[in-house]
Amino acid sequence: MAIAHADPHHVHGLDFAGAGHAGPASKRIVTGYGFWIFLLSDIVMFSCFFAAYAVLSGQTADGPKGSELFDLRSVAAETGCLLLSSFTCGLASIAADERETTLFQLAMALTCALGLAFLSIELREFASLVARGAGPSRSAFLTAFFTLVGCHGLHVSAGVLWLLTMMAQVTAKGFRADIQRRILCFALFWHALDIIWVAVFSVVYLLGAGQ
Amino acid sequence: MFGKLSWSAIPIDQPIPLVTGAVVLVVIAAVLLWVVVRGHLPYLWREWITSVDHKRIGVMYTLLACVMLLRGFADALMMRGQQAVALHSQGYLPPEHYNQIFSAHGTIMIFFVGMPFVIGLMNLVVPLQLGVRDVAFPTLNSVGFWLTATGALLVNISLVVGEFARTGWLPYPPLSEMTYSPGVGVDYYLWSLQISGVGTLVAGINLVTTVLKLRTRGMTYLRMPMFCWTTLASNLLIVAAFPILTATLAMLILDRYLGFHFFTNEAGGNVMMFMNLIWAWGHPEVYILVLPAFGIFSEVVSTFSGKPLFGYRSMVLATMAICVISFMVWLHHFFTMGAGPNVNAIFGIASMIIAVPTGVKIYNWLFTMYMGRVRFATPMLWSIGFMVTFLIGGLTGVLVAVPPADFLLHNSLFLVAHFHNVIIGGVLFGAFAGYTYWFPKAFGFRLHEGLGKAAFWCWLIGFYVAFMPLYAVGLLGMTRRMQHYDVPEWRPWLLVASLGAIIILIGIVCQIAQLVVSIRNRAELRDRTGDPWDGRSLEWATASPPPVFNFAIAPDVSGEDAYWAMKQRARQQGMDDARPDYRDIEMPRNSPTGFICAFFATIMGFALIWHIWWMVAAGAIGAFATFVVFAWRDHDEYVIAAADVARIDQANTAERRALMSGAA
Repeated sequence: MAIAHADPHHVHGLDFAGAGHAGPASKRIVTGYGFWIFLLSDIVMFSCFFAAYAVLSGQTADGPKGSELFDLRSVAAETGCLLLSSFTCGLASIAADERETTLFQLAMALTCALGLAFLSIELREFASLVARGAGPSRSAFLTAFFTLVGCHGLHVSAGVLWLLTMMAQVTAKGFRADIQRRILCFALFWHALDIIWVAVFSVVYLLGAGQ
Repeated sequence: MFGKLSWSAIPIDQPIPLVTGAVVLVVIAAVLLWVVVRGHLPYLWREWITSVDHKRIGVMYTLLACVMLLRGFADALMMRGQQAVALHSQGYLPPEHYNQIFSAHGTIMIFFVGMPFVIGLMNLVVPLQLGVRDVAFPTLNSVGFWLTATGALLVNISLVVGEFARTGWLPYPPLSEMTYSPGVGVDYYLWSLQISGVGTLVAGINLVTTVLKLRTRGMTYLRMPMFCWTTLASNLLIVAAFPILTATLAMLILDRYLGFHFFTNEAGGNVMMFMNLIWAWGHPEVYILVLPAFGIFSEVVSTFSGKPLFGYRSMVLATMAICVISFMVWLHHFFTMGAGPNVNAIFGIASMIIAVPTGVKIYNWLFTMYMGRVRFATPMLWSIGFMVTFLIGGLTGVLVAVPPADFLLHNSLFLVAHFHNVIIGGVLFGAFAGYTYWFPKAFGFRLHEGLGKAAFWCWLIGFYVAFMPLYAVGLLGMTRRMQHYDVPEWRPWLLVASLGAIIILIGIVCQIAQLVVSIRNRAELRDRTGDPWDGRSLEWATASPPPVFNFAIAPDVSGEDAYWAMKQRARQQGMDDARPDYRDIEMPRNSPTGFICAFFATIMGFALIWHIWWMVAAGAIGAFATFVVFAWRDHDEYVIAAADVARIDQANTAERRALMSGAA
């Protein structure tokens, strides 16, 4: 009987969200969710630069190849800095949750220092490449290399700027709800840069050094 | 000091842009003067420019689209005029100017008419349909709008300072590289799209989050109105596709500014990579524009047929199928560029497959009308006009999806006719249907029906007269973007096409007249109940225009067509007389962040175009400082007291009660 009266538009089992949708989500969830979507879009942008690198990596125009240019030891140091900074960034998140100002500032300062160390190694690498006549205008391969790695570096720089702003905000305003949400977004951003670096490390440096 | 900028950038020797620019400047100055003298400036600043209300931002997006439509249409008239006279002669437009006009026409119509129109309607309507108070990120919403406006402004500045791109609406390299386009035209294109692209991405993130995370109680996914579904699909595409555009244009910028070799002929650059990347964005973009239009038609057809949408679930499925498949067809834009028969075959088949869900939709709309009590109001006329016109455009699309046929039709006027057929017949008719349908919701009074119908018929007939000849002349071998030609057989078709453009012009005049007449007669056209069309979804459950908080009490939803169900209940049981439990409402405070950010973005964009590096730095620092100042504020919300909520709500409830008892 129940089936005979059932509304044909409501096939049972298809209401995957359930009848009891509880209403709008909380601000923390909405903010975090929106930022995740931004990160996904950012990763789509990176994937274009990765694709461009994959297409152009063989186009050296009789210039140097990756294996002649990459110094895996300095890349390992860069990777160490960035991975460690993710750890200290995680510490900062925990400190923010616990409202431990000193620990938070300390962990953020460490994150900042590691980020700057990463950037300085990267800049030194870029500078030495340009000095050796292997700048981005030398070949399509180097164009794609500088753009992909540089785009990641720009993201880290923006992250450092954001990090300093958050340190200042916590000093001035304390752990307010909106500032907590921003710290959450910053942490997501910083960890996402790690994920992208893992891909850069593997696709650009490891594969490139083997060629 | 001023980079490449000098007095020679002003086209003193070219009367057309100079006079146009002067007229536009005079009009802007006159409007500004009127605003200042009449003392409207504080009101505009307080209530619109700094507003973070999704309804206001939606209206401003739509207004931007309408103004830019006039600019883009003026370009179209000039092109039709040129081709009507340019047999065996140079016509009245020199080639370098003509090339700028077709580039600007395409760029403006897609990025600054189509996009803001659909984003504006989504902004205005979606939170209301979901039964919530605002979008997920109100201030970012304002930032997104103003950045879009910045892009539009830069494109228009190129009219009088410097030049615009001559490369077509997509700047294919190597033509767009520094070697072949050394002027600032391509740079105007690149920076205006980069800046407005950020705005679009922000809008996309905002609307995806709104639909997925902010829905009123009981509004499960499969109870959302169709327009919310198409909004979700369209904005998912924005989030997934616009970063590709950003990356691609960034590569071209690096080529042009720093001598990189992404797309150059030298040093291993790869031109085909540009084609693949730009169309990996470009094809989803088509669906970003047309999916919201499909949603509008679904709402309109269901409302004016007095029936629930036929096959709601199949419509959802079709929408999401289009959303996915739209990423798998991009190569059909360059079948002729050497991908090989197997690749072409796969993309040809995928392009035909995407026509299937679209066909499902057409049948759903037809069956919604079937056995319904169809009211032929203006929005419904646009919808029916769309079904016929879009079908023709879709069929010619399937035709060019066949690679061997495409080898003959590629870059001919047949193709131009095809995409105008789907964009005008689909996107623009949908935008106009939505504009007429939701106008009373936004402003509290309906638009004049007679003039609306006149505008519809002019547009419909004008469209056919203007574009059907282009199919024919395309089959006769005429390629697109010709500044002059020497084949006499083409001339009659082009003359008819320009007649069609004039009929469309009459349609636009009717639309302007409709707006003026409706504003004058707004007292008679007033919508007191908030439900002028006997609507079905929640936007009609609140006053027109809605109060800033949209709903005094968050609606509780228990099925599809939520407001229709509420009305049925009220008719059977009488309206609930009990005074609802009004609560204080917190709303986001207005903020000039978006406007100030866009101000700095304009400076930065202009400086980048003209290589004025100190000004670039100043703009960047200004934009960052604006964000920090915004992040530093302490009070981002204000409270509307329960008593005020009650007062505002009860006025509307009384009107509704009168309507209900009148109907009973």
